[in-house]
Amino acid sequence: MQPFATMNSGYLLRAENISKSFPGVKALDNVQLHVEKGKVHAVMGENGAGKSTLMKILIGMYTPDAGRIIYKGKPVFFNAVHDALKTGFAMIHQELMPFPELSVAENIYMGNEPLKSFPGWINRKKQNRDAQLLMEKLGLKIAVTRRMKTLSVAEMQMVEMAKALSNKAEIIIMDEPTSALSDRETAVLFNLIRELKAQGIAIIYISHKMDEILQIADTITVMRDGKHIATCPAGTISNEQLISLIVGRALDTIFKKRAVVPGETALSVKGLTGKKFKDIDFSLRRGEVLGIAGLMGAGRSEVVNTIFGLEKPTAGTIMVKGKAVVIRSPRDAIQLGIGLITEDRKKEGLVLSGTVKQNITLAALKTCCSGPFIDVQKERSIAKRQIQQFAIKVSSGNQVVNYLSGGNQQKVVLAKVLLNDPDILILDEPTRGIDIGAKAEIYKLMNEQVSKGKAIILISSELPEILGMSDRIMVMHEGRITAELTGAEATQEKIMQYAMQ
Amino acid sequence: MNMNLSKIKLPSGYLSKYGIFIAFLGICVLLSLTTPYFFTPQNILIILRQVSINGILAIGVTFVIIAGGIDLSLGSVLALTGVVAASFAHPGTYPLIVPVLLGIGVGILVGAVNGLTITVGRVAPFIVTLGMMTIARGLALVWSNGRPVTNLSPAFNDIGGGDLLHIPVPILLFVLVIIISAVILKYTRTGRYIYAVGGNENAARASGIRINRVKLFAYIICGGLAGLAGIVLAARITTGQPNAGIAYELDAIAAVVIGGTSLMGGRGSIAGTVIGVLIIGVINNGLDLLNVTSYYQQIIKGVIIISAVLLDRKNAQ
Repeated sequence: MQPFATMNSGYLLRAENISKSFPGVKALDNVQLHVEKGKVHAVMGENGAGKSTLMKILIGMYTPDAGRIIYKGKPVFFNAVHDALKTGFAMIHQELMPFPELSVAENIYMGNEPLKSFPGWINRKKQNRDAQLLMEKLGLKIAVTRRMKTLSVAEMQMVEMAKALSNKAEIIIMDEPTSALSDRETAVLFNLIRELKAQGIAIIYISHKMDEILQIADTITVMRDGKHIATCPAGTISNEQLISLIVGRALDTIFKKRAVVPGETALSVKGLTGKKFKDIDFSLRRGEVLGIAGLMGAGRSEVVNTIFGLEKPTAGTIMVKGKAVVIRSPRDAIQLGIGLITEDRKKEGLVLSGTVKQNITLAALKTCCSGPFIDVQKERSIAKRQIQQFAIKVSSGNQVVNYLSGGNQQKVVLAKVLLNDPDILILDEPTRGIDIGAKAEIYKLMNEQVSKGKAIILISSELPEILGMSDRIMVMHEGRITAELTGAEATQEKIMQYAMQ
Repeated sequence: MNMNLSKIKLPSGYLSKYGIFIAFLGICVLLSLTTPYFFTPQNILIILRQVSINGILAIGVTFVIIAGGIDLSLGSVLALTGVVAASFAHPGTYPLIVPVLLGIGVGILVGAVNGLTITVGRVAPFIVTLGMMTIARGLALVWSNGRPVTNLSPAFNDIGGGDLLHIPVPILLFVLVIIISAVILKYTRTGRYIYAVGGNENAARASGIRINRVKLFAYIICGGLAGLAGIVLAARITTGQPNAGIAYELDAIAAVVIGGTSLMGGRGSIAGTVIGVLIIGVINNGLDLLNVTSYYQQIIKGVIIISAVLLDRKNAQ
């Protein structure tokens, strides 16, 4: 560890007093991040804590409203990702963006191909040779002539890192790199990270996984609600301390306990099997919140999407209110009284080019119609009522949804789905990327629905949320249910244990 | 969180629709000043009569484009429906209603084939309608043995050349199509679903909308209107011409694009398309009056199409 006296000169990168606002959200508020050469600096925080925004600023995707970035003692300004790459920054995105039809070597040298003396001609031999050298330097055994699409996700990630090295990157940002990796692959990745460290490369490592952080990180920075909370050497902090820093607030203040006695069974699923999950059994009662926990890729969304008719099951039965049903499309599901708030509100929740009013009434347009014609007055008044009830902050229902904050967009989705008054409400990551105020409002709405006797399924990767809101928690791992936890046995540690198996 | 959240702007469509209308008025004023004949009742009727066929086609394809698709087969469908209608329109054979219904019916059929191949067959609209472009052209040539179908009844020819209440019939038909289409798009459930499907197919599906039906409807409307345009054209030139309408789809799509409808779908209006159609018509007419050769006319038309989209892109950002 560097002594603090050399603080000003010892850091490879200093991001100082960074602030960034989006309409309706202060995403970053005076944040610091100091990164040393040859160290792994973990950045932790809940979803919406501002980690991604900070990383996007470091890599030049966003420009900060205030603050400065000092690299090797000099202030740097990135107007575009290109600038950051040239300076020596690289980012391994959570979702990789390879060129699947091209070879490994071609992917590594994309935009930076070794040329022949004849202008514009790529020197393929040199490209493959250089790529091979790079692979050897990293101790990787991937043939550089293989097509990218034949690689596993882990291998693609390593190729991305090789690419970063070929660009002479000295700071590599990794955003949840292990979310799609098996334990064995994670171990290989960690070896590679140690190799990079030894070569003096600094790594900014974003992850939710405690055990990984404690394994690989040298320094930990915790962020919460867009603010810098703490930075400390990894060895000096316990798991529990870290969690309390990340969560940072008494959960009881946000999650109010309900006093609802669950009623009859609203939905039950037996042996449900699909492409990414197998033999799912559970039942859900009226007045109950069933949480589904698990890591990304555990098959949680696929299960609820199948119940909602967005995906086809390969086996199993679904019973709604005691009757076996066949759900072929979301339309069938809606008619059976099921509502789904999808995981990705921009992809499946909203027509972004449409207005707030049009989005709210979209799934229940029939109620605003006489015959085939839309009753304009009625539609307006229904939309207005929903806007008020869901506290959507807009100047009018004619505002285009694209320009609303994430929290307001999510409330539009809720207002839309609840306009059909579903008896079974499924929420898939309903608070992802929205601020704490909007989160609290969404929890309140959920509680209202439960007290009306509705049944709710909640999928969430945020453990405090799932613990605070659920009556029962089902944990999934690689497409199977690994545990069902109730009451006192449901703890963050237990959930993580079953989620990671 | 999204990049463009950081830039607040006016609701899209507003400015661009307005902008294109101002551009249209500007062009009209300019032409009125440079050529005295431009702003006379006779000339305005000529322009309207000229644009009505492209106008009907453009309104049809507006439905498809808002729904997120495209239709390249319009010109060929126009020819096919024209020869089919004409061959049932010889004097003293069938009542007028027969060729009219057959023409529109063939258009609807072609639209349905397009729509079903795209939705059920899951083939890209560009490819399906590109294929249909040559299929329908071939059918028109087969049906007519490659020869123009002539000797049509005066009643049929009146659809293209006659007047009703001193207004040419094609103009009346165009106006009727405008009104019905605008009402469908703006005030019916199906119309709203067309915007939703074009704006975000996944969200529309998750909202319980039967997206295949909605798309099919758009292609059927488009085909039916191409059928109507085919009848009007055949009546106007008093011939069912199997080689008619080559590249008409491009003029129709150009009008839609000039009118601010997004080729990505989900955004656009009938009013915009009508203005797009009028801009193309007024420019063609004005450049004729100014004795600009047709070579230059093509260049100018192309520049206007691209400028309109540039203007739209700026507003949409």
